Amino acid sequence: MTTSGTLAVRKLRPSDLARLSTVGLRTRKLRAALSALGIAIGVAAIVAVLGLSSSASANLNNEISALGTNLLVVQNGQTITGGSAELPKTARAMIARIVAVTHVEQTGSVSGDVYRNSLIPSIDTNDLSIDAASLGLLRTVGTSIAQGRYLNAATANEPVAVLGAAAAQRLGIDRVYSGERIWADNTWLYVAGILNPAVLAPDIDSSVLVGFPAAEHYLSFDGHPFTIYVRAQNSHVNQVDNLLAATANPENPSEVNVSQPSAALVAQADAQSTFDDLFLGLGAVALLVGAIGVANIMIISVLERRSEIGLRRALGATRGHIRVQFLAEAILLALIGGAAGVGAGALSTALYASTKHEPVVIPVIAWGGGVGAAIVIGAVAGLWPALRAARMSPTQALWSM
Amino acid sequence: MSAETTRPAPCGVADEHLPAQNAADRPVLEVGHVTKVYPSQPPVTALRDVSFTVATGELVAIVGPSGSGKTTLLHLMGTLDRPSSGRVRITGLDVARLSDRELAAMRATQIGFVFQQFFLAEHQTVLDNVADGLLYAGVPQTERRARALDALGLVGLAARPHARPTQLSGGQRQRVAIARALVGSPAIVLADEPTGNLDQAAGQAILGLLKELHHRGVTIVVISHDRDIAARMDRRIEMLDGRIVYDSADDASRSPLPVLEDRPSHEDSRP
Repeated sequence: MTTSGTLAVRKLRPSDLARLSTVGLRTRKLRAALSALGIAIGVAAIVAVLGLSSSASANLNNEISALGTNLLVVQNGQTITGGSAELPKTARAMIARIVAVTHVEQTGSVSGDVYRNSLIPSIDTNDLSIDAASLGLLRTVGTSIAQGRYLNAATANEPVAVLGAAAAQRLGIDRVYSGERIWADNTWLYVAGILNPAVLAPDIDSSVLVGFPAAEHYLSFDGHPFTIYVRAQNSHVNQVDNLLAATANPENPSEVNVSQPSAALVAQADAQSTFDDLFLGLGAVALLVGAIGVANIMIISVLERRSEIGLRRALGATRGHIRVQFLAEAILLALIGGAAGVGAGALSTALYASTKHEPVVIPVIAWGGGVGAAIVIGAVAGLWPALRAARMSPTQALWSM
Repeated sequence: MSAETTRPAPCGVADEHLPAQNAADRPVLEVGHVTKVYPSQPPVTALRDVSFTVATGELVAIVGPSGSGKTTLLHLMGTLDRPSSGRVRITGLDVARLSDRELAAMRATQIGFVFQQFFLAEHQTVLDNVADGLLYAGVPQTERRARALDALGLVGLAARPHARPTQLSGGQRQRVAIARALVGSPAIVLADEPTGNLDQAAGQAILGLLKELHHRGVTIVVISHDRDIAARMDRRIEMLDGRIVYDSADDASRSPLPVLEDRPSHEDSRP
């Protein structure tokens, strides 16, 4: 007797397998939805964490690259005795002689407070400072004028002020008009313009800027620079950094502080990603719990569907047919959860990023990994129940109810 | 027995899918000296040296009280289990020499099951329930449905292919289950207490349907504890304590139930 040919086992068609894998989900919708929810929460947490941090760091990187990483800031430090040191008046000119330096601008600290008008009590200083500023400052620190005009060669000699972004807000000035004045140390200063925020030089934001000659003439400024902003060629930032202290104050190089503001932003971006690990860990725990939920549901499903399994065996299903049906169902269940989780994670990322005006970045590893992890989880969680279903004796499944 | 079928019937003696037709005299089912022992503590011997054959087109009732071994016999005839010793042949193929996968293919193509509890999928239409009888035989879905419609015609339900099983009466559900058993043009249909969950009238109608299918040439074995049902079948095999105590094919002239009548107590027999 020959058995080949007449008794060939047929594989399930992909369309039939797809239909079979949905049987349990269609007949027990609520339960399927709840167990998929576990996976969805885990995947959503991971996608959102990766998406949010990617969006935030993309935003920071955009800012950093727009502002440039070649800005160096020279400030006077402290003397050995603890007093405030002074940068020599020649510091700017000396720094400008370094070949790799492209721009040098400076500000000087003017003593005194500034008020909206002469009637404001002198105690309401608003924590504002008056700074003398050189004329090319804006381009060097990477900010721009929001309203009105910046200082020029003419207005630098006159009692004219330009307000930093925060300074304008605290003084209650949101637009610039002709003849507008503020009160500084018994002198009226005419407001010429308002600046945008200076991310790399936040000191400027709370400053009222006047020209060096005007500061010396009207505000009894001593002419010593307080901060010098240096732009170096990108390839020589470190070399310039090393030269700056000795160049700015050859007599006492140790009394000079040199810093690179963009380094702080990069550190900020790094600090955010360490925070991510915590949330990724939480997402992984949620995924694990979701996986246990899927495994649990599948085991219950196999027990409940004994008669279906027995019937299918009687209709000619092999153990392999039963195994692949339940495995496909578990994977489908997890995949639905994973897809929902990716959707929810992406949506929350998009909402959050758009409220913060950040670019929406959902890395491939987040959504691809989310879907991939869901498939793996479904396969792992469904394997044991599927094997159990396939091992079930058809006679017991059908007749022992 | 008539070979006249008004449609390309999914079953019947004229069907080309029945390998049993290759040898006209070859029985569809051969059970030879079959013993089944369940390895429990102590071991339970469910069948002892059972032998009979079922020829193509026969309508056979296997009747006996609970514990007589008829369900075990059904498992063996349906290739859902293997005998401890002895031989089961379906369409000439020895079950002992087939792998699990080949036995599954055997069930998919050669054996139709009808159960007491119907076992219909409530989320599917009647048509798809019947079509699932061909799911594991490698038939594409459109053809499965076409053949399912033919099978529904055989059981008198061609008008309601899109109903859900929950919308049907018990008798109609069992007709759907019978259609599912027939859709693959099996060599043999095994019906386990097909009227067990039905009221008297519906049960009679199902028996009438089985007889009608028998007249169309379908080979049917009915398992039942009900001797009234058995009495309506052409051939009766009576079982007790794992043995065949009477086979009407052996001696048609003997009076029915000679052994059973000698025994005063049967848990399932009627008063």
